[in-house]
Amino acid sequence: MNPSLSPNPIDDLQQLFTYPFMVNALEAGTIVAVLAGLVGWYVVLRRQTFASHTLSVMAFPGAAGAALAGLPTALGYYVACTAAALAIGRGSRTGRPGRAQGGESAVIGTVQTVGLALGFLFLSLNQAVLGGPETLLFGTFLGITRGQVLTLALVAVAALGALAGLARPLLFASVDREVARASGVPVVLLDGLFLLILGLAIAATSQLTGALLVFALLVAPPAAAQRLTARPLAGLVLTVVLALVTVWLGLAIAYFSIYPVGFYVSTIAFVVYVLARVISSRPPHRPPHGPPHRPPHLGRHH
Amino acid sequence: MFAHEFVRNAWLAGTFIALACGLIGWFVVVRAQVFAGDALSHVAFVGAIAAAVVGVDERVGLFALTLVLAGAMGALGRRAQADDVTIGISFAWILGIGVLLLAILATSAAGASGITTANTLFGSVYSLSAGAAVIAAVVALAVIGFVLGAARPLLLATLDPELATLRGVPVRVLGLSFLAALAVVSAESTQAVGALLLLGLIAAPGGAARALTARPYRGLALSGAIAVGSMWGGLALSYAIGPLPASTAIIGLAAGTYAAAGLWAHVSAGRSSAAAPADTPRSGGQTQAGVVA
Repeated sequence: MNPSLSPNPIDDLQQLFTYPFMVNALEAGTIVAVLAGLVGWYVVLRRQTFASHTLSVMAFPGAAGAALAGLPTALGYYVACTAAALAIGRGSRTGRPGRAQGGESAVIGTVQTVGLALGFLFLSLNQAVLGGPETLLFGTFLGITRGQVLTLALVAVAALGALAGLARPLLFASVDREVARASGVPVVLLDGLFLLILGLAIAATSQLTGALLVFALLVAPPAAAQRLTARPLAGLVLTVVLALVTVWLGLAIAYFSIYPVGFYVSTIAFVVYVLARVISSRPPHRPPHGPPHRPPHLGRHH
Repeated sequence: MFAHEFVRNAWLAGTFIALACGLIGWFVVVRAQVFAGDALSHVAFVGAIAAAVVGVDERVGLFALTLVLAGAMGALGRRAQADDVTIGISFAWILGIGVLLLAILATSAAGASGITTANTLFGSVYSLSAGAAVIAAVVALAVIGFVLGAARPLLLATLDPELATLRGVPVRVLGLSFLAALAVVSAESTQAVGALLLLGLIAAPGGAARALTARPYRGLALSGAIAVGSMWGGLALSYAIGPLPASTAIIGLAAGTYAAAGLWAHVSAGRSSAAAPADTPRSGGQTQAGVVA
């Protein structure tokens, strides 16, 4: 394999689909982009960025633990993310999502470091099996198999199915928690269920992007979309489009270069978000002193 | 065990780093800036890699990048507190650059980079040299001095920024200085505890102290004490149990203390709420602001 850019872009595109590993990577990337984008839209709406970052680094103890126990790595990802989702949900049951409460973010931060410390312990007990922490943390798209793509697809269908079932009440509870609670929406149960869906989505995403770069797909496209439109449906569609563009471009560029895909995906995601900020920062009808970093329909509800 | 020089270095650096982390961590938790601390500690790792690529001392990269990020986060928010989405996306990108630098490093100097990475990510307090330990202690002392010296205005600015502004407290400058101090702690502690585990030494003692007492100065002292206790206990445990990494032991103790404190607060809140609808320790700034003002 000797990838190189030719003057003809059609040839280059065809070249991308020549190798099975690249087809697998593009398929996995597509699944992950849709899943992370849709779940991420709720993450940004609910301001659970920190919780999702914490869940994403759980991939590390998950993979290291699975390697130590001789289990498949993917299984470790899912188990660790689910366990952390339960721990965060339990530890901050009384709090509200978001960063309104320092106590809750202390819980999340502590869960995160405990997970990482365990991962480090597993790794030092089992140095030989894992090549090193970098791949786990920063991802690779080279070794994705058919089986992994199928597993990803199944997980994505399950997570998105659950999300679709919760979509309306979750939107209500995320936008105005108090009113939703007063109207009989089980907000606490929804918090827990959403964390579990988030754990699934993150475990799937981090297999491609690596634990530390999940954000590039989970938060940047939805945040950009929410800056551009306040309407839920349009925002969800735009999120998926932006996430797909990010992943496809990132994978394509990484194919022709020697540097890791995580760098390209996170850079493209960052650029997309900055562009969205620039575009949205000068609408003619917005008052100049309005809250600069919130989607208009959210307001200040706390 | 103090007969070995590397153990003495670890205890010297560890004690002061833990105290600095614990004190600043209490404010981090009260100011709800745990995520900012998290971002700073992860970015510290990228700084170390960048320094390795350029070929300068690791600490130059650590301090430069964390301070730049602290300044950027402070500049973005009115109270020098950046939005969580902005923090997340910016630091995901910086980590992305870290991956690139890692790849460059791996192609230029294969072999040693893996160990460097593991050490930067997870720290190795037992491999500090005597000089590094002294520098760590001095830097930590400076941060401790800042936190204690600015404790009163910082507390007021944290709990009631409007009142603080009225009283002539420079809220914005304080917020920026606080982030800068957090950046310095992150950069210095990365070498001992590691970029990924540092947050535990900041968030867990602060969270535990907050769960145990609502009174500010008592909380601050408690947070520092829990951090130092976890550091000492972790160092001793890791020395006694061979394969247990020091970072894991330290974080494990800090987190265990937090879990116990949370449980204790939960139980005692349940007991007192049966008698009267009492103020739980977490319930907000107004009462605390009253204490300070």
